[in-house]
Amino acid sequence: MQHGKYRFIAGFLVLPLGLYVLFVVWPFIQSIYYSFTDWTGLSPDFRMIGVDNYTRMLDDAVFWKSLQHSLLLVLVLPLVTLGLALFFAFMINVGGRRRNAVVAGVRGSAFYKIAYFFPQVLSIAIVALLFQFAFNPDDGLINATLEAVGLDSVQPDWLGDPGLALPVVMMVLIWSTVGFFVVLFSAGMASIPKEIYEAALLDGAGRATTFFRVTLPLLWDTVQSGWVYMGILALGAESFAVVQIMTVGPGGPDYSTTVLPLYVYQAAFRDGQAAYATTIGVALLVVTLAFAAIVMRLGRRERLEF
Amino acid sequence: MKTTETPPPAPLDGARGPAKIDSGPRPTGRGREGDKGGGEGTVLNVFSHGVLVIWAIMVVLPLLWAVMTSFKTDEAILSSPWSLPDSLNFEAWGRAWSQAHMSEYFLNTIIVVGGSLIGTLVLGSMAAYVLARFEFPGNRFVYYLFLGGNSFPIMLALVPLFYVMNNLSLLNTLHGLILVYIAYSLPFTVFFLTAFFRTLPSSVAEAALIDGASHARTFFQVMLPMARPGLISVGIFNFLGQWNQYMLPTVLNTEPDVKVLSQGLVELATSQGYKGDWSGLFAGLVMAMLPVLGAYIVFQRQVVSGLTAGALK
Repeated sequence: MQHGKYRFIAGFLVLPLGLYVLFVVWPFIQSIYYSFTDWTGLSPDFRMIGVDNYTRMLDDAVFWKSLQHSLLLVLVLPLVTLGLALFFAFMINVGGRRRNAVVAGVRGSAFYKIAYFFPQVLSIAIVALLFQFAFNPDDGLINATLEAVGLDSVQPDWLGDPGLALPVVMMVLIWSTVGFFVVLFSAGMASIPKEIYEAALLDGAGRATTFFRVTLPLLWDTVQSGWVYMGILALGAESFAVVQIMTVGPGGPDYSTTVLPLYVYQAAFRDGQAAYATTIGVALLVVTLAFAAIVMRLGRRERLEF
Repeated sequence: MKTTETPPPAPLDGARGPAKIDSGPRPTGRGREGDKGGGEGTVLNVFSHGVLVIWAIMVVLPLLWAVMTSFKTDEAILSSPWSLPDSLNFEAWGRAWSQAHMSEYFLNTIIVVGGSLIGTLVLGSMAAYVLARFEFPGNRFVYYLFLGGNSFPIMLALVPLFYVMNNLSLLNTLHGLILVYIAYSLPFTVFFLTAFFRTLPSSVAEAALIDGASHARTFFQVMLPMARPGLISVGIFNFLGQWNQYMLPTVLNTEPDVKVLSQGLVELATSQGYKGDWSGLFAGLVMAMLPVLGAYIVFQRQVVSGLTAGALK
């Protein structure tokens, strides 16, 4: 049995591990190293400059704006998305007519689950483009609807208005992710034994009590991992794509929507400041790890077995 | 669900399957049937049903609007965004397909996703199998190395990666993009499949080894077929992720002739925007949207379990 075991292990690991180290791990290590250099990315020459990039970053107003927006996204998006998703999932699975102590979903729950999931299978690029046109102030879907219901005077310049652009970005991100969590939580709720609900019902618990005393505690592990997942998404590729595609600039107007991953991208590939870009990237890494650590810590509860 | 009146300690026959569609009368109409105060229940019912319906409309309407708009003329799009198209106008679809290079973007996407999906599943299951089934020094280290890739911000790695790719002459090539897709799909794939291989019984593999099969042969002929459900789940997850990928190609793939679908659409939005060809743009968007939506509706159950399986672990 032991014959050739190590050769087999090495043979099976060499390709996946090699690819992963070359394209993922090595660039990560490099980028932390580069953040202490003056590398432009345009020429192969660079020298060590210590923490100059970091002191520069602390004086950079655009960095602070990006950080502020990213922090806002990581606070608001999970809260709103998971809140909505929990409500929908509860209504769909448990919130139906409650007669004779039988727990059921509302009418049409199967349809809701299918429809809500649509955005999840679409590319975030498609979603961003679609809403860019829906929010077009002159002939987009949203302002046309406002006009149709008689709100002719309310025709906001959505993405052109520094005060509204970031909320629009958030709305698009929420729109595209709620469905996933509805389905995720539905699966979690389906695995909660019916007897627990029925016992709660027989004891006269209303919907709100059932939700906060039964569903939420039993679903807590799923909610917590969903929270981390949503936070990473709000700090990562999704927020980058939506801001980069939808907003003017991108990141505007007047830096009102810029986020950390976008600023990394712009510093590296637009401004030719690769080393400085990796410095902002390190800040993004710190924010991401801090977020995950905080959620894990705050969310720690006694595990309920059922 | 039963509609006849039965006394409270009801039989459990209706309780199986929470997703079953209630065929009883609308709860809004007969709120007094609840065991508690009827008035409050009705208001709550109307409210919560209303919210569910509104969200469904908010999700479906923009998609329908896009489909509708792709059949309209440019004047009609600008003058009345809400009206139905006069006739089914497929002209814009043809324009988007050929002139706006949608056909090339589709082809590039199919090549990249096809190659990277196969590569991800083969390499991912090999690594996961070894990590799940064999004791060796460094096992835990390699496992956590893969796991870490799930939570680090990818953008940080992309700056040096651009130059790594450039040095290897892989920048702006489809095979380079395939390798990167595989590398960035491995963390989740390895994580998911390691957990899956651990759940499989070891007796079958041991029997094969005693019969003289090599480790590699045992893996390909015994373990992989047993792991099929897990491979399908993680395959669907990766297919959607790679098909919809936007950030990686945006950074690493900037030449026009190697662009993939999501990038091509953004390109299309910019160029058609200048030309004022809105119908062409919407045709492109819908063209990219429909195959995935169609596949989702057909394989609904598999897609949902594939996408949610990982998060539930």
